[in-house]
Amino acid sequence: MAPELVALVKHDCPVCDSVLPALDAAGVRVVSQSTPEETQAQAQRLGLAHVPEIDTDLALSEQLDPDAVPAVVLLDGEREEGRVEGLQRARLIELAAQAGATLDLDGLPEMRPGCASLTRDPEVAARLAARAARRDGRLRAREVVIGELEDVHEALFARGVTDGLPVVPPTPERVVRMLEGTSRDPQDLVGIVPPYDGRATVEKVAINAVMAGCAAEHLPVVLAAVNAACKPEFAWHGLIATTHPAGPVVIAFDTDVGINTAGNVLGQGTRANSTIGRALQLVGRNVGGGRPQVEDRAAHGQPGKVGLCFAERSEGNPWPSPYDAPTVLLMALEAPRIVVDQLAREPEGLAASLAPALESVAHPRQRLAWDALLVVGPEHARVFGEAGWSREQLRQRLFELTTSPAGDLVRGAGGSPEGIERKWVSDPDMPVAKFASPDRIQIVHAGGDAGLFSMVFGSWAAGEIGSAPVTEEVSTWA
Amino acid sequence: MGVTILDPTREAQAATRPLAERAGPPATIALLDIRKPRGDVFLDELEVLLRERGHEVERTAKPTFTKVAPPDVRKEIAERCDAVIEALAD
Repeated sequence: MAPELVALVKHDCPVCDSVLPALDAAGVRVVSQSTPEETQAQAQRLGLAHVPEIDTDLALSEQLDPDAVPAVVLLDGEREEGRVEGLQRARLIELAAQAGATLDLDGLPEMRPGCASLTRDPEVAARLAARAARRDGRLRAREVVIGELEDVHEALFARGVTDGLPVVPPTPERVVRMLEGTSRDPQDLVGIVPPYDGRATVEKVAINAVMAGCAAEHLPVVLAAVNAACKPEFAWHGLIATTHPAGPVVIAFDTDVGINTAGNVLGQGTRANSTIGRALQLVGRNVGGGRPQVEDRAAHGQPGKVGLCFAERSEGNPWPSPYDAPTVLLMALEAPRIVVDQLAREPEGLAASLAPALESVAHPRQRLAWDALLVVGPEHARVFGEAGWSREQLRQRLFELTTSPAGDLVRGAGGSPEGIERKWVSDPDMPVAKFASPDRIQIVHAGGDAGLFSMVFGSWAAGEIGSAPVTEEVSTWA
Repeated sequence: MGVTILDPTREAQAATRPLAERAGPPATIALLDIRKPRGDVFLDELEVLLRERGHEVERTAKPTFTKVAPPDVRKEIAERCDAVIEALAD
């Protein structure tokens, strides 16, 4: 069988107009990317003997994938023998000759660039990419069609897949774009999400990341956070089900995806901060099935449960990064509170100011059951840095300063029934630590340039009896 | 034409199971303490009431309230008892 010549055109391309009469006269198979109506009108306008075929669903265009039309391709069965995109008179005549056709291109310029193929239209390209992803098995999530008369945002609220804020509709096109943020296979398993043991594949996480408002570059951080949250020692099941207000907090180190580390670091206004933690929580809700007031039994919750992500500030940081590579640290934390000390200029005094806030986590008399995260503001960190205190040194000193005599901690002391049972206290002067060990106080440097403040987060029930901080390298998920 | 979105959920349907036969009396009932403070106070009361009604009671506990009961705890309850009362307290 002789090679076949096929020409892809579209109706609104002047270069296509210029070569179509010759292609038509030579009996070349012409296929249009335009609609039947547009194609019919073009044929009439040019006085063609044959109306071009329609490239239904752009299947042929997707297969040949030209940058520009007219694209004249010589096919020998499935094999491409040659192609010309745009008008290149001599080459077109030669290509046609190989298929036994004679093209009369007299009067046309020697060369003219073509028009962009419809498949290069960003919207069409996204649709085709999504279609290819579905065909290749990269997308496997069920497709849900929101009716024409439904408002898509209202429909998503109604289906119970949001956190109460609007979400970005996770169209296949957006999800495919999101998946470009990682080299991982979309069907790779990221973790098994409690409470209902949902399988969080890269695809499912990407869908929820789209909904949260993430950009593709944020996806590896979200994937690392989801993976970390699913580690048994994090005890995400209990964290979802607890009456305690804690939620997962994502703390990034040495990442380069625009996570705010400076002014208003724990607040609103930065896309990465607002969306990465939110994506994790949406995975918990949608893949895991943990719904507030149903599986999530929090008595109060806290605003950070919408999602909280921030990063350690490198600028002015007196301490080296605790990690060798970009890393996500995940902790189960309640809302933060400020510690104001605008007078201390020496590390010992400043540590003494920070300690009571750490000791009051959960309740001053509750001991050994809680961790804490101390976010040291740059102006406070400078005091420690100038005195040469390392992160470990500060941690050790805070551990010592959060130790109190047992007699102050027993039930009933000071009129409060909370505390240690009297039968466990043989010596009222015996020192009792707040934290199980110094490394149960996590320290992160973050915040704006001005403000002699630090922030303290209390944890949920910590350590082996509860949730331990977990880490995951971001590059694993890049 | 509507908008097509991808399902963000785990796409699972909860399995429906028939209710178990009502147990006893007499029945062997497990009282599972989830290890919250004062949970034992509540369970002690419950145990008295159940025994008054002619039931056997097996006391058992999770290692920590923060995590789901380990498989061996669940298996033991399933093998030894007709019913379980999981007691939360705060």
